[in-house]
Amino acid sequence: MAAATAGGRKGPWLTVALLAPTSAWFLILLVMPLAVVVIFSFGARAPMGGYAAAFTFEQYANLPSRFAAFKNTMTFAPLGTLLCLLIAYPLAYYLAVKVSPRWKLLLLVLVIVPFWTSLLIRTYAWIFILGGRGIPALLELIGIEGVRLINTPGAVMLGIVYGYLPLMVFPIFVSLEKLDKGLLEVSSDLGGTPLRTFLQVTLPLSMPGMATGCMLVFILLMGEFLIPAFLGGGKIFFIGNALVDLFLQSRNWPFGSAVAVTLVVIMLITVSLYMRLTMGKSTGRDESLM
Amino acid sequence: MSKNYKDNLPITAVKFMEEFRRYRKGSVTRRHFLGVTGLGTAMAVLGAAVPGLAPRAAHAYGELGDRLVFSTWPNYHNPVNLEEFTETTGVNIQVNAFGSNEEMLAKLQAGGAGWDVFVPTNYTITTYVELGLIQELDLSLIPNFDAASQNPVFAGPATVNGKVYAVPKNWGTTGFVVNTKQITSGPKSWKDFFDVTMGAGSGHTIVHDYQLTTIGAAMCAFGFSFNSIVPEELDKAEKLLIDAKPHLFAITSDYQPGMRSGDAWMSICWTGDGKQLNTDLPEMEYVVASDGGELWSDFYAIPSDAPHLTAAYAFINYMQDPYIQARDFAVHGYPTSDSRVDAMLPADTINDPILYPAKELMDGLEFGAAKTLTDPGRAEVMARFKSA
Repeated sequence: MAAATAGGRKGPWLTVALLAPTSAWFLILLVMPLAVVVIFSFGARAPMGGYAAAFTFEQYANLPSRFAAFKNTMTFAPLGTLLCLLIAYPLAYYLAVKVSPRWKLLLLVLVIVPFWTSLLIRTYAWIFILGGRGIPALLELIGIEGVRLINTPGAVMLGIVYGYLPLMVFPIFVSLEKLDKGLLEVSSDLGGTPLRTFLQVTLPLSMPGMATGCMLVFILLMGEFLIPAFLGGGKIFFIGNALVDLFLQSRNWPFGSAVAVTLVVIMLITVSLYMRLTMGKSTGRDESLM
Repeated sequence: MSKNYKDNLPITAVKFMEEFRRYRKGSVTRRHFLGVTGLGTAMAVLGAAVPGLAPRAAHAYGELGDRLVFSTWPNYHNPVNLEEFTETTGVNIQVNAFGSNEEMLAKLQAGGAGWDVFVPTNYTITTYVELGLIQELDLSLIPNFDAASQNPVFAGPATVNGKVYAVPKNWGTTGFVVNTKQITSGPKSWKDFFDVTMGAGSGHTIVHDYQLTTIGAAMCAFGFSFNSIVPEELDKAEKLLIDAKPHLFAITSDYQPGMRSGDAWMSICWTGDGKQLNTDLPEMEYVVASDGGELWSDFYAIPSDAPHLTAAYAFINYMQDPYIQARDFAVHGYPTSDSRVDAMLPADTINDPILYPAKELMDGLEFGAAKTLTDPGRAEVMARFKSA
């Protein structure tokens, strides 16, 4: 007992020491830059571009001019997340439950390997696959002509699902892998059909994995700019593209900051609503399970 | 010149394998192999990232350090030149390729870019000088530069208030390239360009992701100045671009892949890309528009806070060597303003209508203006067009 108390007294210092690097990191690399962005968003564009000190709401008043970009992001991000979920779940289920242990590792590696190559290069490859000499040329061979794939919304969605799928597969895989097989036996023992077992046991228990996967994919998608630029030919404009343009091309940092702050606020609201929704569900389930 | 300039074109897969076999059999040296295949440059770039791979050659230029950060444009250098510089000096070059002058300016304005040499275009230099972002050059450290051999039309913008801030790299025009197999109506002006885009060529046109050239093209189609920042004229240009947007294949400055794959039939285009496309695919015709367009020249300049100043001067001096410039030209196809280089090129090159357009067409072209770079109206029109 005495030893434990001594450890307890030492505790606060140890905690401080352990948390100091993280806190410093957080403060210097996240909080401070964010503060700068907020300050900039009330400023004005300098005559040659950049930031000039001011206090104005002009930048926020100009937000409607980027309505299309917000609309595109707010359409593609949730839709892309949903598609990833629908495609990733069966895959993760197969990997975690169905496949024999002999093949499991190999198949997992196959999902991971593309991650070792830069997304930029993989997306560039799709330009050629979807371009006139790729799939459309093959379709022409069997008599289907005039198909246009590249630089369409469909191409952007394909790129998104392709790029983000592993981020959805892994969390779901992990939660399904941990699933207690005994519970499935209990369910069928009590007369549950396989479908009912899946819907009432497997699916709810994999909820945390799905929630994590959706969050990972959705948050990253909200800032996506590479895929729409490459596979949408610059015609499908996300909020990420608007930000790149405002900081690099127009050099309108204050307006860019206002757009960034707005994006952060939208994300915070969406994510907290989402967490309340999913957390509420899973804790409810935990209680009933007990 | 005994060497055919085609010797220096990028290597083909077949040639590469031939060279590789020669190298393995020991018929050629490693240095020759790396040089002709361009692999040396790839290694030099890798070397910059992994210090253990860095070559340790004798420093013929004195103590230069082992690294140089160079910001330039895509498809704008002969890899052999960069590799040779690294081999002779031990300085590894880290190359950043940019898509617009605006982006370069943004990076330097933000500070801490860490560049040693970069390649700005004529109309941006006064802005860099005013903002104190580039330094006056000490020409005694660039003995290969010969002011007397320069065409003042192109070299002139480097001098601001009597001080020289840059030395010339290449010049060219901004027109458009047409796939004449697909578009047979023979567009000759920017007005034709937009008519074809919204007509027979719908879905197959590319405009640049670059306000200067894309808005400039729309301005010329109305008969306005390429550089116009007049609000009413900007409104008209914006309307034309937004009307044309559904008919575009893409908004991108990387237009060669789209043109080569056959997806795009027409694109706003710079001289060298026009030349490269025309050389490989003769149906690609480069047009300098009869209703105007851009004449430009690019320069080598040194940012005020360049961390490797000695290496920067050594590199610029090396790149000013007429032979090195000619070797660059063989790969990218952009003319130089240096008469010593012209003297080294074959006669058919000097008479090439893509590189050296007819005088009456050249007379209609304008240099980009400093105000066009910094005008918030132009930037906003471009942004609205893209996000429409």
